[in-house]
Amino acid sequence: MPKTLISLEHISKSFGSQLVLDDLSLSIYENSFVTLLGPSGCGKTTTLRIIGGFETPDNGRVIFDGEDITRLAPNKRQLNTVFQKYALFTNMNIAENIAFGLKIKNKPESYIKDKISYALKLVNLEGYETRMPDSLSGGQQQRIAIARAIVNEPKVLLLDEPLGALDLKLRQDMQYELKRLKEELGITFIYVTHDQEEALTMSDHIVVMNQGYIQQEGTPEQIYNEPENAFVADFIGDSNIIRSTMIRDELVEILGTRFACVDKGFGENKPVDVVIRPEDVELLPPGEGSMDGVVTGLTFKGVHYEMDVEAGGFEWLVHSTRLSEVGKKVSIKVDPFNLQIMNVPESEDEEAISETV
Amino acid sequence: MKKILERIYLGIILLFMYAPIVTLIVLSFNLSKSRARWGGFTLNWYIRLFSDRAVASALMNTLSIAVLATIFSTIIGTITCIAMIGLSPRLRSVITGVTNIPMINADIVTGISLMLLFRFLHIGSGFMTILLAHITFDIPFVMLSVMPRIKNMNFYVYEAALDLGATPFYAFRKTILPDLMPGVISGALMAFTMSLDDFIITYFTKGSGFETLSTLIYNEVKRGIQPEIYALSAIIFVVVLTLLLINSGASDNIIKEKK
Repeated sequence: MPKTLISLEHISKSFGSQLVLDDLSLSIYENSFVTLLGPSGCGKTTTLRIIGGFETPDNGRVIFDGEDITRLAPNKRQLNTVFQKYALFTNMNIAENIAFGLKIKNKPESYIKDKISYALKLVNLEGYETRMPDSLSGGQQQRIAIARAIVNEPKVLLLDEPLGALDLKLRQDMQYELKRLKEELGITFIYVTHDQEEALTMSDHIVVMNQGYIQQEGTPEQIYNEPENAFVADFIGDSNIIRSTMIRDELVEILGTRFACVDKGFGENKPVDVVIRPEDVELLPPGEGSMDGVVTGLTFKGVHYEMDVEAGGFEWLVHSTRLSEVGKKVSIKVDPFNLQIMNVPESEDEEAISETV
Repeated sequence: MKKILERIYLGIILLFMYAPIVTLIVLSFNLSKSRARWGGFTLNWYIRLFSDRAVASALMNTLSIAVLATIFSTIIGTITCIAMIGLSPRLRSVITGVTNIPMINADIVTGISLMLLFRFLHIGSGFMTILLAHITFDIPFVMLSVMPRIKNMNFYVYEAALDLGATPFYAFRKTILPDLMPGVISGALMAFTMSLDDFIITYFTKGSGFETLSTLIYNEVKRGIQPEIYALSAIIFVVVLTLLLINSGASDNIIKEKK
């Protein structure tokens, strides 16, 4: 069992009358890459700012390495932040930017110099010492911001949507670079993003948040393949979410047709939500699958085709590398293990969450 | 053809704007006391001006008031702007509106109301009342040039400094202050200029027996204008013009830096 480095205990936070975090508890393990994922306004940035010390929670405690740091000032915390808009000191050159934290800690000149060249090497920007931040591109500025944070040897690096302002290609490169950095430094990364692909690519552990609540925690595979509720399923990639009835263990009735599945323990004749990923829907000639329908829409997406299929009164989203023309009669087939069964929301909180989906 | 017309038009406008000042400056070097006839070049009026004790003391008064008013109004105005960072945009615009009133208000109304207030509070007139009045009307000018920098500021930079271990004061000094500085300097120059060439408010708040350059000139003119006054006015004009040029030069540099 890895060691817990940070635990958030029953954190609540409001801004004015708006409740941003409600009784949130979360454990972050040492040397892990944890991503807080959710739409804007879900409380992910506030959570990060509470860990960084820029916000104080109304209730609850922040425990860092066994110590209560809830009310400790940000400059006294053993962690560093990479901000969304880089936040480099524009009146200082790159070397001075990187040296900022070390000078405050009164490190010797030679140590600072070594650290600067080590950090610049780590982020692939050797020789940039005397450049000014304004003369660097967005991606370079972000890498300097990372270098400036890591020279202080924090136990935890907090990253607040650091790739948000970069273009797609650069973002993908930086994702790999961040992963490599994480491996090399061997420290904990807490990463905030609203980009599910980014989260799936980089993280060891994903925390999906919405409206101040944690919706689900788990590995990227767990989050993608076994979403616990309709919000998670919908937020992590495209999906078909259909209100259905669990007939008995391993049998579910979807839109009037019975499908075999692998889930148990939901009871008999209970309403459930079924999640089916668009790439898990197979299109067969009419009569050969479980449910017949007709193709109503077609979009070319590059790696695959995206098709809308009208079947059983529901518009199914289907991804396939094989083309089916609009108007073609097809039959839908889904393998039992690709049906993800979820409980229908019962409590008010869960209801509030599903309303926004 | 169009270009020539444009040039002529510009020339006429400049002529209208600067003809009076040029006349004044030319006359300040005129040997003849007559305003209609050129009697040859002289520096006499300038020499007479600098040997005049009343002028020297008025100059001292003007400068010390301008310097002190600039220092106080710059500090108060800048601090006010910084304090407004934490306010909601709504409240911020209300306060900006209120602080702008002395700037829009007719000088004579500001002058009379300040005079009445000082009387009411039994604050002795003279140096102190003028200084207080100048600080009052300088503050909006300082805020006017500092506020835009506050609005465009990236506060993550301040948080980044805290994050790297800086105390709040050190972080402020290293991040927010350098960002504000161009606005502060331009505000201070503006305040100094305003203070230097103010007449109406000074006139109403000075009481008797205390003169600044502008009130001195006014008194002299009542007695019949002397060429020394041309010389004095010419100097004031040149000083104010220089300050304005420095100020706009400074803001041009800032724009270039940004690019």
